Order: sequence, then C-alpha cells, then structure tokens
Amino acid sequence: MEAASIGGGERSVLKRSPLARLPDRVLRYGLTALAASILALIVYFFVKLVGEAHPAFAKFGVLGFTFDNNWNVSANQFGALPLVVGTLITSGLALIIGVPVAVATALYVTELCPLRIRGPVTILIELLAAVPSVVYGLWGIFFLAPKLQPAEQWVADKLSFVPFIGGGLVTIPNYFITGLVLAIMILPIVSSISREVMSTVPPDHKEAALGLGATRWEMIRMAVLPYCRSGISGAAMLGLGRAIGETIAVTILVGDAPVLGDHLFGQGYSLAAAIANEFGEAQELHRSALFAAGLVLFVLTLLVNVIARLLVMRAERSVKPKRTAADFAETTPPLGAGASA
Amino acid sequence: MSASAHTLDRFAVSTRRRRKDRFARGTVVAATVVALVPLVLIVYYLLSKGLGSWSPSFFSTDPTGNTFFAASSIGGIKSAILGTIEIVAVASALAVPIGLGVAVWLVEYGRSSRFAQTVRFFVDVLTGVPSIMFGLFIYIALIVGTGSSYAGYKGAFALALLMLPVVTRSAEVVLLLVPGPLRESALALGAPRWKVIFKIVLPTALPGLLTGILLAIARAAGETAPLLFTAGATMKTEFGLGGFMNSLPIQIYTDVTSPTTAVVNRAWGAALTLVVMILLLNLFARLLARRSSLG
Repeated sequence: MEAASIGGGERSVLKRSPLARLPDRVLRYGLTALAASILALIVYFFVKLVGEAHPAFAKFGVLGFTFDNNWNVSANQFGALPLVVGTLITSGLALIIGVPVAVATALYVTELCPLRIRGPVTILIELLAAVPSVVYGLWGIFFLAPKLQPAEQWVADKLSFVPFIGGGLVTIPNYFITGLVLAIMILPIVSSISREVMSTVPPDHKEAALGLGATRWEMIRMAVLPYCRSGISGAAMLGLGRAIGETIAVTILVGDAPVLGDHLFGQGYSLAAAIANEFGEAQELHRSALFAAGLVLFVLTLLVNVIARLLVMRAERSVKPKRTAADFAETTPPLGAGASA
Repeated sequence: MSASAHTLDRFAVSTRRRRKDRFARGTVVAATVVALVPLVLIVYYLLSKGLGSWSPSFFSTDPTGNTFFAASSIGGIKSAILGTIEIVAVASALAVPIGLGVAVWLVEYGRSSRFAQTVRFFVDVLTGVPSIMFGLFIYIALIVGTGSSYAGYKGAFALALLMLPVVTRSAEVVLLLVPGPLRESALALGAPRWKVIFKIVLPTALPGLLTGILLAIARAAGETAPLLFTAGATMKTEFGLGGFMNSLPIQIYTDVTSPTTAVVNRAWGAALTLVVMILLLNLFARLLARRSSLG
C-alpha cells in the first residue's frame, strides 16, 4: 500500500538509525546555510558598494555630495542634489497621479464591478506590469510626449503665474511626462495590494453601513476606506519605491539634464538615470561618484520599503476593538439606572 | 412598528446624497477605464510600428553593424533573441533552486524564529532594490575585482539576483497554503521530513510555484538596466557565456536612438517581439494559477 511505503514500512521513526536520519539533517543544515548565505551576500554587496563610493564621499563629504547642486562631469565636480531632487519630483508625481487611480481601480474591482468582468479587468491591470520598462520609455517619448506637448504648453501658459508649473520652456522630455509614465508603471502594484487589503474588509462592517441606509459610496467611505488606510498607504509606499528605482524609462523620458528642476515641463535628471547614462565611460572619481549616487539611491529605496512593510504589517493585523461590547456592559451603568429591566 | 413609518423606499435617500453617490461611482469607473487605456495604446502602437519589421529573416539573421545602408543589410535580431533566452535561462537555473530553497527553509524550518524574520526582511528589502543596483553589485563583485570585462554569465548573475527575491516571496506564499494536516498525516505515517517536503509539499504547491517562477522569468526577460554593465552588447550570436552577449532589451535600447530609420524600425520589431514573449509567459502563468487547487 502506498501509505505504508512512504513511511518506509513498519519501522517507527524512533527506531530509525542515524544513517536513515542523515538526509533530513543534510537538508536542514543545507537550507539553513543557504538562507544565511543570502544574508551574507546582501551584506557583502552593501559593504563593497560603500567601499567603491568612498572616494567620492571622501572628496565631497557625505552631506556635501548629497546636497550640493553641482553635477558637472567635465569639471569633475559631483554634487548630487539635481539627481536627488529629480528623483523625488518624478516619483512624487507618479504617486500623486498613480495612487488615486490605482485605489479607484481596486475599489471598482472589489466593490462596484459586475462579477463576470472582475477577472478580465484584474488581469488587464496586472498586464500593465508585464510591459518592459524600456518599452514604456520608448512609447512615452515617441507617442505620448509629443501628443501631450500642446496640452502641456497650454497649461504652462495659462498657469504661468503658478511658480513651479508655469513659465519656462516646455520640452518634450520633461518631469511631467516622466511622472505620468511612472504612474502607469506603478499602477499594477498599488492596485493589487489595495485590492488584497480591500477584500479583507469584514462584510459585517459593510452590511452594517448599508443596513443603516447608506448609499454605496457612503458605505465605501465609512466602512471600506478607513479600514484600508494603512494597507493603502503601504501599497503607495511600495509604488513609491518602484518609482524611485526605475531606471530606463526615466532615462529616456526625463531629458538627462543635470539641472535643479524649477519647472514641471522642463528637463531634469535622476539618480538611476545618471548611473545608466554615465557609468559606461566614467573614470575614477566620476565612477566613484556614480557608485555614491547608487548608495544614496539604495538607502532611499531601503527607507521607503521599510516604511511600506511596517504599514502593510500594521494593516494586516486585524483591527481589534479596544473594548468589546461585554466590557462596555460591565463597566458602564445602564442609562436610566434603576428602571425595570 | 407601523409599516408606513419604516418603509425603505428609494425616496428616503435625499437627492443630494444620491447625486454624490452616482458622481463618486462614476468617477471610480472612469478612473478604471483611464487605467486600462495605456495598455491598449501601447499594444496598438507596438503593433503598428513593429509588425512591419517582422519577417522570417528578421528572426534568423544577426544584426549587422551596418547602420548606413539599406534596410536589407542591417540584419535581424537573432542574436538578441538567443541572448535573452540564454541569459534568462541561466539566471533562472540559478535563482529558482536557490529561491525555492530559501522559501522551503522559511516555511518548514525557520517559521517565525528571529533569524527567519531577519531573512524574510532582507528578502523583502531585495525586492525593492532598483534593478540597476544588481548590475552595479555584479560589476563590483565580478568586474572590478577581477579586472575582466563584460560577459554573458555576469549578466545572468545580475538577473538571478533580481529574480531571487521574487521567486522566494511567491514560493513562500504558495508553500504556506499547503494544508498543515497534509504534512502531518505524512509525518504520522512515518515519512522522514525530506520525503514530506519533496514528495508531498512541493508537488502539491507545484502549479502555484510554477506561476511565481514564470512571472519572475517574465520580469527578468524585460530588464535592461542590470545588463548594461554586465553582459555588454555584441552583434554576433554567441553561445558561450564568457564573452559579450546580446539581448533584446539592450538591442532595443541601442537601436532606437539610431539616425537610420531602418534601424529604428528594427528596434520596434524587437520591442514587439519582447513584449509578445513576456505577455505569453504572463498569460501562461496566470492560466496555471487558475488551475491550481490552492488559493
């Protein structure tokens, strides 16, 4: 019989010889060593990265490198502020544009969508993640950017009094189009995590709201969104991390100009784009500066991802009421105490 | 309760609330449609620009270095396709066993111990690392250290690093879904731990594991940044991994800035090829997920 054969016959586990236990021990220690070596590998890479970045930090100082507005390759001067600011502007834009849309799609799929098209819509959103970033960059620069330029010009002219948006030359590669395409790229990840969080809302909460006469939207606003706040924030942070680290699409779309962005529709730079562009031919100090930029990028994504994980973990822990109904009944005297039960 | 005082008829909801409800729901639907538009636009654009380049010779000839002559002499993308397949295959051969091994350890042995939590945290950290960093890591480890130059296998290592956390994370989720009683019954029948893992747990989780692996492969196939400073680029079909190796994303990236229209068209044909390959992998992975009995 198969059941007996998997156990090796009649012998009890306790009577098994050490030799028979050997595969188990090999497996256990082997896998533990594997897990430990992954940790060691990550630490090794981090240490090596710091080592390669050191000459740049030694010359410009850690704060000097990160916050100096002076990325000048020909003069061998490397202050990474334009890169950092560009990274933050493009990722910020991606968040502002992408998260509301992603949350809306998650809401639609979990709350408002007819059952039959739930599957296809979900798959279509997730297919957005299948498009390689180089294709996003090319589609953005050859199709979307020229199409949107007239509209961007109109906005820049109409709102020329607004500091960041108006005034200045509207170029085809610019911060805005980069942020827009990044928003499309982070849509699937923010949407899928939001969807997961929204599907864990207890039906009781929703039904209670509906039972009290709330409209569909009021129910979402009262029962679904507050419950999902932490989870959605976590999803947004994960999207932010993805946007910060995106290299190829940003390189193609942002214009690669190492200037501190002062208008939305102008060219800029980013940490990852600088590395992609300049690493191939960089020498010595320049190369070290690019490694240092990589280190800044790494620390940035690390921070964002840690915060994201903490938020998602907090959301996953079930929302327990501080006082249950029974506690309340015990400690609070009933209204009109003394009246008959 | 009198029936007339508590009828739940539609007119109990004020017009204002009803209007707000309709407006909000309309916005949500509109946003979803807006979210789907880019996908349609991209596919349409790729087809319109890339389909024209597709031909039997497109897939069977290598790109030549010629950029100044007629379309007939610029060659196809054979070495790029083969290079991508080879690099991704080697990367998978590295990342899948290691990733599965770490996932099995996390689920079966580490569980919620402090060490396991640390490992899990670091794997999560790795999922968020920008893809270009993996290229830099391999560059530091294998190119700076040894003084040698770009090679196909170095690109494969970089992609393997990229795939590792993806495989581990998805495998862990699937392995956790295998019912505990299934393991326990096997153990109660006297099966040693390793048999339970290899003959019960892994086979049960197989469709879900495959889905995760295919999605990781699809992701790696589309990455350009890790290959920029590790595998280099070349025109000829190279089967040996020890030298420069071509790949689809790199080919696309280099070609598209060319002043020759024919070369740019080749880039679009290559982009269409890459997207078709990745979409097929994705759809296949999702079909597998549907047929899985878990989750």
